[in-house]
Amino acid sequence: MAAYAVHVEVSHRPGIADPAGATVERALPALGYTNVTQVHIGKVIRLTVDAPDADAARAQATEMCERLLANPVIESYEVSIAALEAAP
Amino acid sequence: MSARIGVVQFPGTNCELDVMWVVEELGAHAELCWHGDASIKGVDAVVLPGGFAHGDYLRTGALARFSPVMTAVTEFVAAGGPVVGICNGFQVLTEAELLPGALQKNAGLKFLCETVEIRVETTGTVLTNACEVGQRLRVPINHFEGNYVCDARTLAQLQDEDRVVVRYTDNPNGSLDDIAGICNAERNVVGLMPHPERASDAMLGSADGVVLVRSLLAAAGARLAV
Repeated sequence: MAAYAVHVEVSHRPGIADPAGATVERALPALGYTNVTQVHIGKVIRLTVDAPDADAARAQATEMCERLLANPVIESYEVSIAALEAAP
Repeated sequence: MSARIGVVQFPGTNCELDVMWVVEELGAHAELCWHGDASIKGVDAVVLPGGFAHGDYLRTGALARFSPVMTAVTEFVAAGGPVVGICNGFQVLTEAELLPGALQKNAGLKFLCETVEIRVETTGTVLTNACEVGQRLRVPINHFEGNYVCDARTLAQLQDEDRVVVRYTDNPNGSLDDIAGICNAERNVVGLMPHPERASDAMLGSADGVVLVRSLLAAAGARLAV
């Protein structure tokens, strides 16, 4: 078994309201950033899992997303995996 | 013997006492059911009231389905028991997959706290059996995530099976097809965003919610009589 850092990015699916993103998009021009569009605010969930290999860690994290971390009706998710170095 | 209505209390629920008050006013017995108990005490109907169950952490309603009481509620639903989710309770029912779809943030980007008008679309549910189709009711809403959304297939199914229970007459939050409340295929589970308990006495500005609570008590009473 090895430890893997799991990084889950949860975003709104296209067409789903993102009032936080829309509000930030409206605020940025006040600071002079008038060239900004498509502001989206999602969430990042970081966790560490012990798994036999990276594929197993990814499969488990994907299952967590399907069952709890994201709501597939309104959210999409992306999972990235990185091996953690063993403690010396 | 009067019907017993279980009112579930999650950490963060804040409308349970209001619901219990109306239930008792209408002559039934209200039973508070703590989320951590894996029992609903043999009640004849269950209400999941409004509030912020588990702080609405992760997503509104997402964590409530892991509360032990929800196992009992799910079994009660399978046995045909009447269950109504109000506001956050509606969100909990969708996350628990006892109702389809989800509640996303309001289209107008605002938290909405106002009295709206809803129209009863079907009387064949545990929440509307004492109403008339087309009946208009003034009932308050109080939510940020009340904008009902589902895929096209689910929407067609809700429409074809007459499962849209109440619609907004002037859509306040962007809900798909003006949906304010829906029911499951068996029609014993209803979720709605408006708060009937907050329209339960003329002193509150409207008593239009009483007929909805009365419907639930009738459904509970019918079960009691079996």
